[in-house]
Amino acid sequence: MLSGILLFNQKGELLILRAFRQDMRPRLADVFRIQSDNIYVVGVSKGNVNSALVFEFLYKLVSLGKSYFGRFDEEAVKSNFVMVYELLDEVLDFGYPQNTETETLKMYITTEGAVKSEQRALEDSSKITMQATGALSWRRDNIKYRKNEAFVDVIEDVNLLVSATGTVLRADVNGSIEMRAYLTGTPECKFGLNDRLTLGENGADTSLGGAVGNIGGNKASKAAAGSVTLEDVSLHQCVKLSNFTNDRTISFIPPDGSFQLMTYRATENVNLPFKVQAIVNEVGKSKVDFSIAIRANYGSKLFATNVVVKIPTPLNTANTTHRTSQGKAKYEPSENAIVWKIARFTGQSEFVLSAEAELSAMTQHKAWSRPPLSMQFSLLMFTSSGLLVRYLKVFEKSNYSSVKWVRYMTRAGSYEIRLGGDTGGKMCSTVTFVTPTDPRQIIAVSLDSLRKGSQREDTFPGRHHL
Amino acid sequence: MPIPMPMHVISPYGGAAAWNALPPQYRPLTQNAVLTAAQGKVAELRLELNSSGGKKDKNFSSKKIALKKIVANMTMSNNDMVALFPDIVGVMGTQSLEIKKMCFLYLVNYARTKPEIALKALPILLNDLEDSNPLMRALALRTLSYVHVKQYVENTVQPLKGLLKDSDPYVRKTAAFCVAKLYDHDRHLVEGSDLIDRLNMMLRDENPTVVSSALASLMDIWERSESIKLTIDYANASKIVQILPDCSEWGQTYILEALTSYVPQDTSEAALLADRITPRLSHTNSAVVLTCIRVILYLMNYIDSEKTIALLCTKLSPPLVTLLSKGPEIQYLALRNALLILQRRPEVLRNDIRVFFCKYNDPIYVKVTKLELIFMLASEKNIREVLTELREYATEIDVHFVRKSVRAIGKLAIKIEPAAKLCIASLLELVATKVSYIVQEATVVIKNIFRKYPNQYESIISTLCENLDSLDEPEAKAAMIWVIGQYADRIENSEVLLEDFLDGWADETHDVQLALLTATVKLFIQRPSKGQDLVPKVLKWATEDTDNPDLRDRGYMYWRLLSSNPAAAKSIVMGEKPAITAESEKLDPATLEEMCLVVGTLATVYLKPVHTVFRSARPRRLQDSPALQKERLPSWQAAQKAKLLTERQLAGGAPPALQSQQYAANGNGSAGRNADALEEADALFASMGGQNMMSSMNDGFASSPTHAVHGEQSQMYIVNQGQGLGTMRPMTHAEDGEGDLLSF
Repeated sequence: MLSGILLFNQKGELLILRAFRQDMRPRLADVFRIQSDNIYVVGVSKGNVNSALVFEFLYKLVSLGKSYFGRFDEEAVKSNFVMVYELLDEVLDFGYPQNTETETLKMYITTEGAVKSEQRALEDSSKITMQATGALSWRRDNIKYRKNEAFVDVIEDVNLLVSATGTVLRADVNGSIEMRAYLTGTPECKFGLNDRLTLGENGADTSLGGAVGNIGGNKASKAAAGSVTLEDVSLHQCVKLSNFTNDRTISFIPPDGSFQLMTYRATENVNLPFKVQAIVNEVGKSKVDFSIAIRANYGSKLFATNVVVKIPTPLNTANTTHRTSQGKAKYEPSENAIVWKIARFTGQSEFVLSAEAELSAMTQHKAWSRPPLSMQFSLLMFTSSGLLVRYLKVFEKSNYSSVKWVRYMTRAGSYEIRLGGDTGGKMCSTVTFVTPTDPRQIIAVSLDSLRKGSQREDTFPGRHHL
Repeated sequence: MPIPMPMHVISPYGGAAAWNALPPQYRPLTQNAVLTAAQGKVAELRLELNSSGGKKDKNFSSKKIALKKIVANMTMSNNDMVALFPDIVGVMGTQSLEIKKMCFLYLVNYARTKPEIALKALPILLNDLEDSNPLMRALALRTLSYVHVKQYVENTVQPLKGLLKDSDPYVRKTAAFCVAKLYDHDRHLVEGSDLIDRLNMMLRDENPTVVSSALASLMDIWERSESIKLTIDYANASKIVQILPDCSEWGQTYILEALTSYVPQDTSEAALLADRITPRLSHTNSAVVLTCIRVILYLMNYIDSEKTIALLCTKLSPPLVTLLSKGPEIQYLALRNALLILQRRPEVLRNDIRVFFCKYNDPIYVKVTKLELIFMLASEKNIREVLTELREYATEIDVHFVRKSVRAIGKLAIKIEPAAKLCIASLLELVATKVSYIVQEATVVIKNIFRKYPNQYESIISTLCENLDSLDEPEAKAAMIWVIGQYADRIENSEVLLEDFLDGWADETHDVQLALLTATVKLFIQRPSKGQDLVPKVLKWATEDTDNPDLRDRGYMYWRLLSSNPAAAKSIVMGEKPAITAESEKLDPATLEEMCLVVGTLATVYLKPVHTVFRSARPRRLQDSPALQKERLPSWQAAQKAKLLTERQLAGGAPPALQSQQYAANGNGSAGRNADALEEADALFASMGGQNMMSSMNDGFASSPTHAVHGEQSQMYIVNQGQGLGTMRPMTHAEDGEGDLLSF
């Protein structure tokens, strides 16, 4: 296991060093390193350690640092070094990661030295030890809220890679369901996704909510029927995995506050929000013509925000001229790209940009590597995978009623369209997708039923009531 | 000169600001100043630490502030705080968890340098072991066991026995790890006590965290001891699998790791257990996922039903691919493991080639590994898609990656025969870009294509010849020269081309000179009239004007061959050579088996046998049992193949080298693999070298340069795996040798 943990700043100065084993020496067999802001978090080991465990631990350490100090950078470490040592001593014993749940740790490793009577402290400490070793290490006892609320964010990163000839090489979705639970006591939550939830490539699927049959029906009809096919799912520590394997129910006792309930991957039936048509034309050695058309493939009631299209230009671009039907375009010499920004992109609309890049003469004609055109955007109330949250049920002893909110967002992960590889000649890349009847329209409508006056509502635009 | 004392301005709350307010140039200038500054600081801190802080200071806040400064100085600056040791021991008894924590940290840091002072703290710590507060007991125990001082270790054993049965689970889990720590300090002491037995008993604890900690501790001890055997029977295995869901993510990992010590006696047991742990594949922590994959791969060795195995394989693919959406470090780890798993269980990932297509901004190490996977997964079915992708990579900016992509295309031509034409077309497209390094790389791979498909695709020679001028790298030059020599009779102006190259003879590297020598001889043999002027000149350079022994020897050999028996020379130099193969670099079967038992560990990043990286690591191997599916193990299959080969070869008077090869392959399956496995391997490699020489002798001398080049070549293909890996190199030769022998 780990022999020690070291933190360095960018100059290579040692900030923290904690050895856990005798074999901790400056020159060790293997060093694992990740970066957090401006510091390097380094784990060292002398044996054939489980590398995944080490990296996961280092990631965890960084997130722990962030939740304690707000940020985990040189400044935070320097002003909290004693706390960092205290944390390290707690989360690693003999180099083995121990309980790393922030919730539990915060019970006894606190930023302010709390004043407690001896008797209280003793009672507390046995509670703490139960918590730190118990099966429910992620949740404290006795959590109380006057108003019980739960917020669910479904966030999808859609990745697209289109070849220069217009074939979709890769289209997939990395999704995550983030939850913020402000619930009293020890609530059992049950989470319901689409009526049909298929997992894996073929066969081994189980239906949720009793909609049986229609296996192998065509994709479009599946989507319309509110089903979703997920390639793979990873679930938070708190989810009962065996239940999920047996009948695809996601049941759990949530940690208090925000956490990532699940991440998933979908490759089938991915709905791409934008269709891009790019024509790049190298005119001789002195000019490149661009003609880009982007069409929004989602319902006209929805709109994407912060749409940024980055159109790479050759390295020896001297000057550009451009015209857009919407938004603003600007040549960014530092990025070697024309950046086209569209603040609001309404569904079903199409915007075009035409541009011309003048090239400066070069002594040696070097082929332009043609990086792909890339896009950024965020789009509310739309999921590319078709995933839907049907219900979230909360069961608790005291039987209180709770308010649940859900929000969907699709963002661009790596949304890239290649511009073709060979020099000279004319390249054209067109992408066409079929949009199936969109079940997400329903979500858009239910937006209207947004409850007014909720305390936290303002910070969650576009949520709808479950 | 004012000497700044940074610690003065640090308050526990506004610390950061104070630190940063101090510009770095304000440092003491002379050594002397450092010394006095340090001494002055120590005195000051001592005063601060020992001040009572007045009656109001109930929470010892002045002491806490002083301690914080001391701890900060201990690590962040180079000021030696060891002089304060007695004072620290003095305040250690203070009833405050916060103060104790800082004192203990100090103790762990300095105990080794000043054991005699550390001893004074021992009674305090032993006393704290009986504290009513479980957090305190655990803290004291944890600290005690970090101190590498004899008396500390000896005095911990007795109280530890009691603490292993503490009423509080947090203390019990700390005590469990403590046993492994003591074992690290003094193994004989622990082996002489009953601590390990007691630790074993803890596996029956009601608290899952305690159980997983005890297991981790046992595994740690086992890893470092030859005398201890770890056996987990089905009942135990079943029990620990049952508590998996109640453990923390780390606890789950420890338990899964321990499961590879369970040896299934019955194939249905193995299948059942594998099925029971599959839910872990959906865990969000990649350590849990990868370790679970390891256990399932391990259990598959004991499962006889092919259907069950196929089902398990389909379950492994998605989680493996999901790891690719994690951080780049985890991605790389997952990819390296995918390389491994793919060799052992090709069914996994079979349909997933697209997920390995590179993203534009993937880190280079991720890209290169993905490229390797793409090569491995490429088949006749997906070759078009793969080639489009590789052509795309070949136009990227990173030269290293571009070269590897070009090589991969060439290698695919050799790997997938029906696709050779397509691959060559792609290469020619790339050559047309005229980018120098692409052309050179393509030249090298095209030479290999000629070697695989002799007398085909010769039409492309002319394309290659157009780009002669852009060749400036030795490897590319040597490749081109080989082509010219080999096809001297079909290239119109071969002697002119060769002469151009010969002009720069003196400046060329030895590899190029060797290639030139051979090519000139080939030219002479095929077209005596054209080569007769060149040969004497080159032979003279090679034998008289060089200090390179290989070049001289080869020069003399050609000379004598040509002068004594021109007919023999022709049959030897231009004789038919065995075609090359391009199977990707595979791990040898025994290593493969071993690596599959350690999926997710560092060794899988290097893809090298564990003991070559970690000498002290305990070797892992599949334990025999009635359920073990021996005949499906790669090492067993290889041994069978080798045996068959030996029999055939013995009938035909085979070189003795093969026998030792078979012996080595056999040795791994059974008891033979231990410390002397290395020597065994050395012996094997030595004999392989001999065999390689034998085969080149059979081929005739002319082919030896190409052999050498080929050996290097295949090294390059295994993108990362073979670089700087001395022990693997002979293995490559061994495979080549084997391939050569098979084709006789």
